Amino acid sequence: MPAATPFLEVADALKEYGAHDLDLCYQCSTCTGSCPWSFVEPLNIRRLIRLAQLGLPGYEGEDLWKCTTCASCQVRCPRGVAIVDLVRSTRAMIGETGLIPQSLRSALGSVKGEGNPWNGKREERNAWTESAGIPRFDPKKHEYLLSACCMPSYDKRSRRIADALWKVLQAGGVRAGVLGPEESCCGEAVRKIGDEGTFTSLGKSNAAAFEKAGVRKVIALSPHCYHTFKNEYAAFGVKVEVHHASEIMQRLIFEGKLKPHKKLDRTVTWHDPCYLGRHNDIFDAPRAVLSALPGVTFREMFRHKKQSLCCGGGGGRMWMETKRGERFSDLRLPEAMAVGASVLATGCPYCVNMFEDSRLGLEREDAIQVRDLAELVAETL
Amino acid sequence: MPYKIGVYVCHCGTNIAGMVNVEEVADFARGIPGVTLSRTYKFMCSDPGQALLQEDIRKNGLDAVVVAACSPLMHERTFRRAAQEAGLNPFLVQIANIREQCSWVTEGKGAATEKAKALVAAAVRRAREHQPLEMRRVEITPSALVVGGGIAGIQAALDLADAGVQVVLVEREPSIGGHMAMFDKTFPTLDCAACILTPKMVAAGSHPNIKLMTWSEVEEVSGFVGNFKVKIRRKAGYVDHDKCTGCGLCIEKCPYKADSEFEQGLAKRKAIYLPFAQAVPNKPIIDKNACAYLKNGKCRVCVKFCEAAAIDFTQQDRVEEVTVGTIVLATGFQAMDGRRIPELGYGRLPGVYSALEFERLNNAAGPTNGVIQTRDGRAPRSVAILHCTGSRDENHHRYCSRVCCMYALKYAHLLREKLPEARVYNFYIDMRCFGKGYEEFYKRLQEEGVRFVRGKGAQVWGGAEWKAMVPAAAVPEGLEDHQLVVVAEDSLLQQVLHVPVDMVVLTPAFEPRFDAEEVGRRFLVSRGADGFFLEQHPKLAPVSTTNEGVFIAGACQGPKDIPDTVAQGSAAASKALSLITRKEIEIEATTAHVQDELCSGCRTCIGLCPYNAITFDEARKRAAVNDALCKGCGTCVAACPSSAILARHFGDRQIFSEIEGLLSL
Ligand SMILES: Cc1cc2nc3c(=O)[nH]c(=O)nc-3n(C[C@H](O)[C@H](O)[C@H](O)COP(=O)(O)OP(=O)(O)OC[C@H]3O[C@@H](n4cnc5c(N)ncnc54)[C@H](O)[C@@H]3O)c2cc1C
Ligand code: SF4
Ligand code: SF4
Ligand code: SF4
Ligand code: SF4
Repeated sequence: MPAATPFLEVADALKEYGAHDLDLCYQCSTCTGSCPWSFVEPLNIRRLIRLAQLGLPGYEGEDLWKCTTCASCQVRCPRGVAIVDLVRSTRAMIGETGLIPQSLRSALGSVKGEGNPWNGKREERNAWTESAGIPRFDPKKHEYLLSACCMPSYDKRSRRIADALWKVLQAGGVRAGVLGPEESCCGEAVRKIGDEGTFTSLGKSNAAAFEKAGVRKVIALSPHCYHTFKNEYAAFGVKVEVHHASEIMQRLIFEGKLKPHKKLDRTVTWHDPCYLGRHNDIFDAPRAVLSALPGVTFREMFRHKKQSLCCGGGGGRMWMETKRGERFSDLRLPEAMAVGASVLATGCPYCVNMFEDSRLGLEREDAIQVRDLAELVAETL
Repeated sequence: MPYKIGVYVCHCGTNIAGMVNVEEVADFARGIPGVTLSRTYKFMCSDPGQALLQEDIRKNGLDAVVVAACSPLMHERTFRRAAQEAGLNPFLVQIANIREQCSWVTEGKGAATEKAKALVAAAVRRAREHQPLEMRRVEITPSALVVGGGIAGIQAALDLADAGVQVVLVEREPSIGGHMAMFDKTFPTLDCAACILTPKMVAAGSHPNIKLMTWSEVEEVSGFVGNFKVKIRRKAGYVDHDKCTGCGLCIEKCPYKADSEFEQGLAKRKAIYLPFAQAVPNKPIIDKNACAYLKNGKCRVCVKFCEAAAIDFTQQDRVEEVTVGTIVLATGFQAMDGRRIPELGYGRLPGVYSALEFERLNNAAGPTNGVIQTRDGRAPRSVAILHCTGSRDENHHRYCSRVCCMYALKYAHLLREKLPEARVYNFYIDMRCFGKGYEEFYKRLQEEGVRFVRGKGAQVWGGAEWKAMVPAAAVPEGLEDHQLVVVAEDSLLQQVLHVPVDMVVLTPAFEPRFDAEEVGRRFLVSRGADGFFLEQHPKLAPVSTTNEGVFIAGACQGPKDIPDTVAQGSAAASKALSLITRKEIEIEATTAHVQDELCSGCRTCIGLCPYNAITFDEARKRAAVNDALCKGCGTCVAACPSSAILARHFGDRQIFSEIEGLLSL
């Protein structure tokens, strides 16, 4: 390795982009050792941080795009460094020079043009809500806006989750409606990919849509939307009360408005989605719901709650190819089966998607089922 | 009312003069009504500086002085003493802090000078309202209380007792010794802990000047420096130690067992027990939660065998009261519960040990007679010692625990010595080997073939779990189900390591004792942000506290090793001794005073006084402040609904004049 000269202007610039904690890192390695990549093909996040601290080339390298923004490192960092922000800011800075990986460009293009990352048409966004008979949000009639993520609009598997959630909400007497095609992607992934500009315009347009429709409370189907509305939309002047679907289901059951009665007779384990658990500390609500379902035997996996294993789909990885043998989701199904689960339940359309994909790679595809919490609840009604 | 005031503006080298135009401030002061002279000087606290002030007092008959200089915490005493020597009542000295509160924190020379003027104006106006006050003197009871019988408390008690001071040593547990009694060897010299500690324990137990009260706790402290009244709860131990000969027959015969606290739960002890063989006092107590007779009235085996008839089931807790002149707090630390970092598997994986467990495992007098083995009795072939468990960590404790690097080295050595075949890894962030002979010890361990990995141990998994969690390629060859896998990045290699081991030892952070807050409140000792007791000054008064007459020593003040602990024990003893040998001390003159004619007898103040200094005269239906107890905190002054209580030196007029002065520019 040739000698290098620190280029601190780069570090200063990164800080401008939001890497505020950069200099706090004391190079303990906890992050690298806590990262899910450490189980497969390690991502040396500590080294990236070190390079960034000195502004040396390499901080922007390929490894930067491996990060799923799962926060496994961040919750452990002894110096309290907001590592996900470091990753995001670094991507944002180099994104301005156009260095975003090819595979992410089409998703970004689709978001910019059609308001969703799935190359779907904006006009088709509401096709499923219409066929499911879900009304448009009306502040006079509805307490909640149901924000179902872009995925159910364009992906069949995800659509099943949304249908199930709607069934559950109806059974529980929740008055809710949806927005029309004026709703766009929440922008969570877009921001993590480093496209701050697009994120800002999505945020502003959704903020305007919320405002126009008179939205006060939101039920988010996806933890990613939940996280973004709750923690990042304040910048766009949005002041709504945000709930994740699992929290609503827990409350409905607790209040006796929802009465799961059909027996499931299955051993279920819960996969904590990163953006529900680590990022937002919601660990108990889904477990409480599962424990209220008749016939469910609950088993915890080895990696659970704060230590949950990322599915691999966050931080833009949904749109990037991961080699077989390196996919976290491929590790998750055997872990679930090892604790005796016949159902891997979770609460995020990305996770469901990743796991369904991995399930197809199993020797026996039916060895385990992948379900969203709402689907399991719907089955008991 | 003083009207011949001298003002002295100090340069403090460039500390003040570099930011404040001192001449301008002095000129300004000259124009304030009441000021007869105003000067500047390079260092007012120096001898010539003080002489200048004294000469002015004598020659010009000054009736008050204002010194515009550093914080009163630094030099108020100095100037008060100088004034007194020159014949001026010390309470007629007022300090204007134009350093910490002005030159050091104000940006721009102009602004700093203006602020200094305002502070001087305030001080002058206040000084005009000052009254001469008399300091009072009280006698000091020539005895001391030492709380906590770890090595810090033992050292302090012995030093005091050897100097002829009567000492009461209170220890919560059945024996003195503290943490050190649990160790086999001590770093870096590897001398045997028992060999150096036991003689001191015995000396403390038998010293004619030490009254040892084990199995006891301080319940209440009242009074003040020189005359603390202390109530001590002597917990019932159901054995009359005056009769007991320590023969141990009862222990041998007792049929009931409980987990041994001293052995960290790695072994059992009897219901009637000594915590460890060398315990001082070497007489047992009965654990009422384990004793069958005390629980359900059956057994009394011990009674049958005790020839001295020392067992006394009728014993009750009793409270003893002592009066002492000074107090040394030496309550030590506790180790963090490793379960707070679930990623490291402590409490879940049987192969993961806490440091204190390892100390007992390695101790010749411990549960395995010093044989290092896993819970299922295997000799470990490889051991990982993980540093910084909860230390230097924003999620747990921000501070470095200071001794874990060193005892981790000690463990590595003991492992290499006892199990030469075993592989030993130390996972560290930085090696902190700061003490005398410590770095040398580190090098010695490298020579002994210990592997040092620079990178924090991030995760620990059971072998069986690991196989179910990771791709087959990531399973180290030959990994057995009962083994453990440590995941860490070696930051020097820049590579993630999966290290299979048989045993993991954690180094849990030092923590303040669980009841440190309560103990601090009881002894009126404040705590720092880290929760440990706070010294009066980190450099210059390391064992004093803001409660005069109360000193702190050892790990209750912050993490430290035995050498530092012993040094502090001796330091606290010497501080206590220097107080006692003075025979009497001056106490606050700035006390509160109830104006009889205004007091409505409502008693509001009585419950509020944190020092129990206010009594109620039933006959006259008036409250009265006991000058000797009052610390002048002002609580009662603010609370009195009739405004009947005056705070000497902090009266309304004095404070309002000061504020007016501040706003006068
Ligand atoms: C695992 C481990 C290994 C170590 N190895 C070494 C080593 O090899 N060499 C070295 O130099 N240092 C070592 N140390 C550090 C050493 O333990 C401390 O320096 C030392 O114990 C501090 O002594 P202490 O008296 O201040 O506190 P402690 O040892 O904690 O003693 C305090 C005493 O006060 C009592 N007490 C507490 N609260 C009250 C109360 N309210 N009322 C009455 N009594 C009370 C306790 O019961 C205890 O007896 C080690 C520390 C650990 C954790
Ligand atoms: S865990 Fe935190 S302090 Fe440690 S190397 Fe990673 S970012 Fe730096
Ligand atoms: S956020 Fe997750 S994927 Fe990214 S570096 Fe941290 S632990 Fe690894
Ligand atoms: S002494 Fe060493 S192991 Fe202990 S906290 Fe400090 S750096 Fe970490
Ligand atoms: S000022 Fe009042 S409350 Fe404070 S110590 Fe004195 S008597 Fe007690």
